[in-house]
Amino acid sequence: MTEAALLPLAVAVPLLGAALLAVAGRILPRTGCDILATGCAGAEVVCLVLLWTHNSGRLATADLGGWPARLGIVLAADPIGAGLALLVAVLVPVVVYSWRFFEEPTGEHAGAFPALILLFEAGMAGFALTGDLFNAFVFFELMGAAAYALTGYRIEDPRPLHGAITFGIVTSFAAYCSLLGIGLLYARTGELNLARLGQQLASHHTDLLTAGAFVLIATALLVKAAAVPFHFWLPDAHAVAPTPVCMLMSGAMVELGVYGIARIYWTVFSGPGGIPHQAFHTTFTALGLLTALLGALMCWQQRHLKRLLAFSTISHVGLFLIAVALLTPDGATGTAVYVAAHGLVKAALFALTGVLLDRYGSVDEHGLHGKARDLRTVGVLFVVGALALAGMPPFGTGLGKALSEDAAGRWQPWLPAVFVGASAVTGAAVLRAGLRIFWGAGPALRSRPDEDETTGEGEEPEIRSPQRTPPRAMTIVPAVLLGLAVLVGSLPAIAAALARGAAVFTDPAGYTAAVLTHPSTPPGPMPAGDWTATGVLLGLLSTSIAAALATAAVRKPSPTLPAHHPAARLVRALRRSHSGHLGDYLAWLALGVAALCIAIAAQT
Amino acid sequence: MGTWVFLAAGWVLLIALYGLVTSRNLIHAIGCLAVAQSSTYLLLLAVGYRREATAPVYSDLTPGTRPVVDPVVQALALTDVVVGATVTALLLALTIQLRKRHHTVDPQALIGLKG
Amino acid sequence: MTARARLAVFLAAAAVIAAFFTAECTDLPPFGTDSHPYGERAVAAALDRRTANVVSSVNFDIRAFDTLGEEPILFGTVLGATLLLRQARDERHRRAEAERVMPTTRLFGALLLPVTLVVGVYIVAHGQLSPGGGFQGGVVLATALHLAYVAADYRALKKLRPLAVLDVADSLAAASYSLIGLAGLIAGGAFLKNVLPLGTFNTITSGGTVPVLNAAVGVEVACGLIALLAHFLDQTIERTDPDQQRYGDT
Repeated sequence: MTEAALLPLAVAVPLLGAALLAVAGRILPRTGCDILATGCAGAEVVCLVLLWTHNSGRLATADLGGWPARLGIVLAADPIGAGLALLVAVLVPVVVYSWRFFEEPTGEHAGAFPALILLFEAGMAGFALTGDLFNAFVFFELMGAAAYALTGYRIEDPRPLHGAITFGIVTSFAAYCSLLGIGLLYARTGELNLARLGQQLASHHTDLLTAGAFVLIATALLVKAAAVPFHFWLPDAHAVAPTPVCMLMSGAMVELGVYGIARIYWTVFSGPGGIPHQAFHTTFTALGLLTALLGALMCWQQRHLKRLLAFSTISHVGLFLIAVALLTPDGATGTAVYVAAHGLVKAALFALTGVLLDRYGSVDEHGLHGKARDLRTVGVLFVVGALALAGMPPFGTGLGKALSEDAAGRWQPWLPAVFVGASAVTGAAVLRAGLRIFWGAGPALRSRPDEDETTGEGEEPEIRSPQRTPPRAMTIVPAVLLGLAVLVGSLPAIAAALARGAAVFTDPAGYTAAVLTHPSTPPGPMPAGDWTATGVLLGLLSTSIAAALATAAVRKPSPTLPAHHPAARLVRALRRSHSGHLGDYLAWLALGVAALCIAIAAQT
Repeated sequence: MGTWVFLAAGWVLLIALYGLVTSRNLIHAIGCLAVAQSSTYLLLLAVGYRREATAPVYSDLTPGTRPVVDPVVQALALTDVVVGATVTALLLALTIQLRKRHHTVDPQALIGLKG
Repeated sequence: MTARARLAVFLAAAAVIAAFFTAECTDLPPFGTDSHPYGERAVAAALDRRTANVVSSVNFDIRAFDTLGEEPILFGTVLGATLLLRQARDERHRRAEAERVMPTTRLFGALLLPVTLVVGVYIVAHGQLSPGGGFQGGVVLATALHLAYVAADYRALKKLRPLAVLDVADSLAAASYSLIGLAGLIAGGAFLKNVLPLGTFNTITSGGTVPVLNAAVGVEVACGLIALLAHFLDQTIERTDPDQQRYGDT
């Protein structure tokens, strides 16, 4: 099949699947729906694998409706965009498969949940593949709407509703800011196609309008990517969403925010009349640094496992932002590999947490201390996942981290330390929880009910018969995901394809030429995508730091700092700022927008 | 007139944000979100306006006789309206359930998620 | 944050944003400018495709893919509301009661309902010619049915509203948009290509696929909106509060 067919099919297949499921759910029994949903998700994987292998490092384009870019919407996929859609597509069958075991309270609408998952997938695929700014907004809203509904799925508990409302309002508000930015940009250029926008901006000089439009457009993407201080909704939503939804949100949706920023910057704002490279570079490195550090710090403080994993996602997003902000093909390669592997590992960890939730009705690190000793396979997988998160070779997370560190170290020699630190601390936090829960390591912890924190107790199990031992598939799913993460790190073909993709991704002239005139542009010089000795060593270093930190924490659980120490005060203040309060979150968002305005304007 | 129309869009956005930040009622907050969205309608339609022009509909207009306003932003605004209405519906559904379970629609009374 | 701190943070940030936004607006082309390059190209393209309503042409032909992404948002919202407003384990169903309505109101509703339905169909069908289209007409159609609720009672509305049929129609209409897109791909080589005969300018059959897509959207919006409102109305009319059962009375 040609690219003109594959690109729109990647969006149309899940849409058709969703409609089909909504109808079939009324007639078919539960098993039929599950088979149908898995089939649709599988078809989407096939479609995207074909797309990914078909374009062999070129930009594949499809003029929708036969309209050229000056009139219509053009879909454009390089191996990075298509790869991200493929990551989503790989996670969806897993999600649908594990959903088989979940309790479904509505008999008549058995298809509604998988149908929403497919709509969510369509939104993410459309966002990853579109080459049009307003169309990206539409798909952003599609994935948002599906995600709000899925997050609030457990209606008997007030917390999911609270998390979903916060998520919905903050994300929607940011999306409207972006639409204002799109409007400003349209007023200036009279275009919506990314490539043509970039061309038209070149005929103006950079002024406050360009800077303001960029900041407004970036707002929604930064909220989606959960960069500090736009991140507050994420732990609230991830802590309460059903486990399969967490796998998708943490594994792929959040990363799409980073992808969106990079894509829009490269295609629209990177040329003359846009935002100077230096301004983007410094601003987003600072933002990434803040995000990585705060995420790691907050991750370490958590006892609610899903919240802990959510903060680890925030920390990793910080690392992705730093690597993207390097604005080099090497940085983009590193990010692409890192995102793919991190998505798989994070989904596996959420799936394992789901097993705990179903077995014990709790995801609390303290409450579950030593309780899960008999779930040895789950425990081993959890620890392996923690080490993978810390960047252990040969996992893809290790390779992605090594490539990003290499690229970052060439600019600032101290930046790799941030990568090692953040991945070690987040890995250690997960490892610590795993050691306590599955091995009962260290003394049991007394609960501190008066502190500002979310415990993971009193959660409702999600599967149909929580008393049984968990279904075998619930351990097979995370094992497969971790296996795939190893493949990302050890199959040179994957990293090489992503490296080719990075060369295309960071070549705005090639993008414009491909979208507007369809020549077969030769790919530029290919960045490296292999392991190096330094990379392996740094991976082993962060893994051993993670192990050491986790062991130390398990051995000596009482806080090492006195309560009045400034550092302890800072941590308390930070934890209090994650108040769960909608007004606070929006005030932080406003502050973030204002800070970005000043930072970008000062450098243009 | 001139720039004032554009400035009004910014004003509407910020006033909606003020409402959201200080809101003590989720229904009110969802209303504020809708206000925030209307700032985008205002900006889009203002951007597409052309002086002395009429609607871009040729059922009773001979092409070429009169200038028309930009149809693209009108189409975008239509898409935007649908998006806004659906998001509002979803958020209200969540609020209904929250009211049933939590007996409050005050965002400041929701303390289940923190730290 | 305390309420005061929150307000202070907001005001500081808002002042900065307002200053920047004002400065940005002075850089914009003047209000009412003559330069609308994309708009002019869209007008020419729409006339070329013999679609009199250029806005419809943008929504359903030139940028039809936007609507392909937008329609599932509505569809997803209906599914989401179905999930979120489902009967919780501790809730019971209650039959709606018959209500007394003034005869004049009843007559008014009985007269207005068919008229509104016709208006809705007209707006959907003439989307490619005059202001309106699938979205606007669909909303009018959904509203028409709810006149039964206003002018009679919930039982009357339920008789007029076969929810299962509407749900299926909603899904099929949502699917048909993608299917029409695929038909364009097979027949014309591009997804959503306008492959149908374009007809005579300014007649109801003009515009090729535009009226077909308009009809699909009209059905989806009407059915989806009725289903959506049904979930909300059920909540207030036919659902007992879990607390009323537990504690007797609130």
